[in-house]
Order: sequence, then structure tokens, then C-alpha cells
Amino acid sequence: MSVLVDASTRVICQGFTGRQGSFHSEQAMAYGTRMVGGVTPGKGGQQHLGLPVFDTVHAAVRETGAEATMIYVPAAYAADAILEAADAGIHVIVCITEGIPVLDMLKVKAALARSASVLIGPNCPGVITPGACKIGIMPGAIHTPGRVGIVSRSGTLTYEAVEQTSAEGLGQSTCVGIGGDPIHGLDFIDCLALFEDDPDTDAVLMVGEIGGDAEEAAAAFVQQRMTKPVVAYIAGVTAPPGKRMGHAGAIVSGGGGTAEAKYAALQAAGVFIVRSPALLGRSVAEQLADPVRRSPGR
Amino acid sequence: MNLHEYQAKQLFTQFGIPVPVSCVAETLDEARAGATSVGLPVMLKAQVHAGGRGKAGGVRRCASDAELESAARELLGKRLVTAQTTPTGLPVSRLLLEAPVEVDRELYLALLVDRAAERVVIMASAAGGMDIEQVAASHPDALLVSRIEPVLGLRPWQSRQIGLHFGLTSDQQRAFDKLLGGLYQLFTECDASLVEINPLVLTSDGDLIALDAKIELDDNALYRHPRLAALHDPSQEDAREVAARAEGLNYISLDGDIGCMVNGAGLAMATMDLIALHSGAPANFLDVGGGATAERVARAFQLVLSDEKVAAVLVNIFGGIVRCDLIAEGILAAVKEVGVTVPVVVRLEGTNAEFGLQRLAQSGLAIETAATLTDAANKVVAAAAATRAGLQAEVAAHQPAHVMASAGEQSSAGEQS
Repeated sequence: MSVLVDASTRVICQGFTGRQGSFHSEQAMAYGTRMVGGVTPGKGGQQHLGLPVFDTVHAAVRETGAEATMIYVPAAYAADAILEAADAGIHVIVCITEGIPVLDMLKVKAALARSASVLIGPNCPGVITPGACKIGIMPGAIHTPGRVGIVSRSGTLTYEAVEQTSAEGLGQSTCVGIGGDPIHGLDFIDCLALFEDDPDTDAVLMVGEIGGDAEEAAAAFVQQRMTKPVVAYIAGVTAPPGKRMGHAGAIVSGGGGTAEAKYAALQAAGVFIVRSPALLGRSVAEQLADPVRRSPGR
Repeated sequence: MNLHEYQAKQLFTQFGIPVPVSCVAETLDEARAGATSVGLPVMLKAQVHAGGRGKAGGVRRCASDAELESAARELLGKRLVTAQTTPTGLPVSRLLLEAPVEVDRELYLALLVDRAAERVVIMASAAGGMDIEQVAASHPDALLVSRIEPVLGLRPWQSRQIGLHFGLTSDQQRAFDKLLGGLYQLFTECDASLVEINPLVLTSDGDLIALDAKIELDDNALYRHPRLAALHDPSQEDAREVAARAEGLNYISLDGDIGCMVNGAGLAMATMDLIALHSGAPANFLDVGGGATAERVARAFQLVLSDEKVAAVLVNIFGGIVRCDLIAEGILAAVKEVGVTVPVVVRLEGTNAEFGLQRLAQSGLAIETAATLTDAANKVVAAAAATRAGLQAEVAAHQPAHVMASAGEQSSAGEQS
């Protein structure tokens, strides 16, 4: 009843013994995530949080059968950490780290194109299948197992979407934070395809923002491929052009990447657009109750 | 981070990209000396982080010492307002003095990161001097886009293709190969996100020269370029935005009167949009970050309130890992410490949100709590209207009665809505 990760997924943490890595590994374990160890170069052989520490991802995979990793190493080393995980055959690489240089990510993406690994992030809250597996910095308690797939470029705005769908009694199948950087791993289209093929997802809530054209690409995909209802919210209608709104990728430049252009593309593709961030959960509930209805948005 | 034209041209020189003979002046004396070394006539270019300088009088051709003197006096130490700046303009603390170039043709050349293609791309147009977005819209055929494989780097065929597009001679092609190679090397070695030459000119002698230069660097990569980071000129940016960055806060000034304090960039944008949906106007974008500790919240309050336009503040925090009751303590401490005088509306969601809101409601401070996002938006928009009406009433108290009546109506309307 999920995509990407479930209760059986064996997870390691890169940057395991650091402050962030330790804290979020503990949180993940408390949530029930099947953590099997961690990696910190130079600390191989030690125990941390009751789990084995390895010097390399390769050793961790060999000894624990790890299939997923969450990366909390500093930005200067994070691109390397992703490449190491991919080479070691990790299936799902979740990079939480913010601030990786763009040119590093271009090389990482080119290398990943030849690998079977899936990258989530960087600069993202991570991925969670409620009640089964939490990989990331999101607060576990707001999530409820359910049938709405959520995909978002944001962090706390995703929590807002989660909290609202939980409050509506819908719950979530899986929530994927794809991250706020201009160059990142999984995109809206990848997640929409996963949710479309997942028998336990009934509807998708996508949370986009200004910058780039990933939402426009997603709109075309929805029109061609999706049979399940899709609800979309785009942040940044009031953002001034030329200003980077916190996320490295959230910028309207050269007249492109505006929220209005994204809304227009999504609406034309039959996506139910919602203009108030207070009505994310309500809109999904209405679409699920009556998916045929296509209103001009609110 | 943006560089000045003179800084960009110094980098160009280091990477073998030809630029006009030039020098930089910060004072009148330096401008006089510069004119002597560069020679007359000389082009005088105000150094600001904005385009549209030519039309705004920021680029002058000076044929004599007297012309140079008067132009330098008019520009140095003044603010230049162009079509791309705010109405207050940007301070001019440096002038670039450049030998004029006899232009035969103007070309456009840029390298930038194309996020959809996930490549560095070269953009080349034979219609130089024009805004590239305009070229893309009106003459799409004139624009050539070539993608660079990150692992392979720039290939010779790409340079040939662009040279043909420009209509270069074989001698010019050799010079262009070197220029483009240097430009790509600069882009990758300096971690640029944009390098633009507009115009790149062919002189009447057939030489290629970069007449203008624009460089944007990737902020995330500045840690490995301390020398480039030192080129930062904070005078070209909003003072509050610079101060915020020094505190590790993400702040952007806007035109409205409702101050916003939010954790997370996406939620911060959504909060601005929500205020606008409820007919209010946000005064700023502010992401206090995930931690939202008392100290950070206090600094954020100081920052938001340093904007005199602010008539009310909306605090919107989604407490996940950090509990909302702790965040509430932080807000209380900050409001007391900073001495907040405008109405504050707080919406908390997440772990222990009820305790947090209860704590705020019982504090005895002028903090209004909101149960939902919509409730918060309505309350803060009303509070801002009431503050504005209150200010108007104060002014109106010294004016004829009919003005006072209308201000009074606005005030009560604000309280009711």
C-alpha cells in the first residue's frame, strides 16, 4: 500500500553519527522504520544507537542488505555520498542535505542516469509511507495511513498538506518531498507515474512552487497518462520576479516559472487546482467524493 | 551572488576573454588619472547591479577632461535609477573607464544552467545588444542553444556550430574557440550560474571583444571560492535582506503592510499568497528555518518590524520536530524583548499546538491566536486595516470633522471583519 518504501525496506543513514543523522535516525527507529545501520567514514566497527557503523556504503550493503539510505552529510560532501550510495547499489537514495552546488548536482545526475538507483532530493524532507517507513525529517505523528499520494517541492508546506488530508480522514499512501533545488532526483512526473500504478493510491495531491517548468511537464503527463484525480497547489503567486524565495529553485526568471503559468497549464490538463493553502485537504476529499466534477478551482 | 561588470571583466581577462582596455575609479582623482592612462575619448560606466544603465544615463562617452569631470561628478556617490531598479535606485561607488570600440556587429553569448535539460547550455544569438527574452520571442531562429554534457565538457563542434551561426571568418573562429573555451572554464571553475556577454562585438578591425559582462555565481558553491565571495557588494542589495542573511534568515522585502514570519520557504510563500487571497498585502517573505527557536524568532521579529510599513504581523509556524509549546515560549520571549507595538496574530500547527496557543492566549500580551490558516488570514488582514485606520484617525483628529467620520467608519469596519 505504498510506493518507493514500505515496512520491509532496510534503511541506513549516511552521516549516521553526526548530530542530524543521530537525531533523525532515532526518530525513524521510533516510528518503526527498519533501520539496519549507518555509515560514517573512520568509525566503522563501532555501534551507534544500537546499530552497526560502517566505513563505506558498500560495506553496509554487504553486511545488512540495505536497500535505502538517508543522507545527512554536509553540503560539501553530499554529492559524493549520493554517488557512493548509487555505486553500492542502494535502490532509494534520500538526500536531505541543503546547499549542494548546482554544478555538482549536474554531474551526479549524469552519473545516476547510468544506474538503477532512484534519488529523492536533495534539499527535501524525505519520503514516508505512514505507519511503515519514515526516511527524512518530517514529523511522523501528523501522518495517517491512507490512500492519498502526496508529492511536493516543499517541507513545511508538505506537512500542511499531510495534516489537512489526515484531518479529512483520508490519510496518505506515501508522501514524497522531491526538494527545492533546481537540479534534483525524482520529479513530479516520476511520482505521478508511481502513484498512478499503485493500487493503494486513489488520488494525488501535488504541491508545486514558482521556478522551472516541472509543473507544466506534470500537467502534460496528467493529461496523457493519469486516470486518478490530481489536485494541485502552487506556492508563490505573490512572489516578485528575479528574487529567490528561500529555495534555490524557487525563482521567477526571464518571465518564466510563474505560479499563474503553472496553474493555467495544470487546469488545462484537467487537474483540480486549489488556490488557498488552507483548502488542500478539503479539495482532495471533494475530488475523491466526486472525481468527475471539474471546477475552475478555488 | 551577482558581480559588478568590472569584476566580471577582471575574471574574463584571467580566463583569456578579450575585453576593452579599462580601469576602475572610486574617486574623481582616480577618474582623471584613469582617463589619462586609458586615453580620450573614454566610456564612463556606472557600476551597479542592474541593467538598463545606458538609457538611465549611467553610461557616458567623454571626449574631453571637462566632460569626464562633469560626468564623473554626476555619477559618483549618487544613486542610479534604471528601468530594472527600484525607484530609489542603486548607489554608484565605482566607475569603469573604458576605451571605446568601433563596432561592426553585435552578438549575444551566454552560458547558464538549464534546469529542465539538467545541463549547462550555451545561448548564442546574432542579434546582440537586444534583451535575450525579446530575441527568443520575436526571432526564435536567431537563437542557437547548445547543451554541454557535464562529464564531457565543451566540445569543439559546439564552438564551430556557433561560429557558423555568427558567420565568423576562419581567423575569427580561432579567436572564438579560445574565447568560448575560456568562458566555459570560467563557468565551471568559478561555479557560475550565469555568464552573459551582451553584446559580444566584432570590431571594425574584425576582432572579438566582450563589451559588457554579467556574472551570477552559485551561492551554494561560494564556500569553495573565498576570493570570489569577497567580491560581494552588499550596497547593491536591500539592507534588511543583507542583515537577514547574516543572521541565517531568509528575508525578502515586499510592498505590503502585513509582516510575515513563517518556518519553511514553501509555507512562507503560501502564507503570502493566502494573505493576498484575503485582500491583504504581505510586507515580506521570511523563512525563520526549521528550528524556530526563541532567539531566531526574536531576531525575525526585529527584522520584520524594522520595516515601518508593517501594520500587523502574522506568525505561521508548523511545528514538527520542535514542539509548538516551545515555539510559543519563543514567541512570547521575543514579543517582550523586542517590544512589539503592532497587532500580532499567531497560528501554530503540529505537535502540542493546543498547549502553545493556550500559552499565548493566557500571556496577557496583545497576541491574537488563530485556529486555522483561513482564520489567521482574516484576523491579520483585519488587524492591519485597524492599525491603518487608527493612524488615519490620529491624523484626522487635527482635521475637519467630515474626514474624521470617514476614518472612524474604516476603523469600525476593520474591527468587525
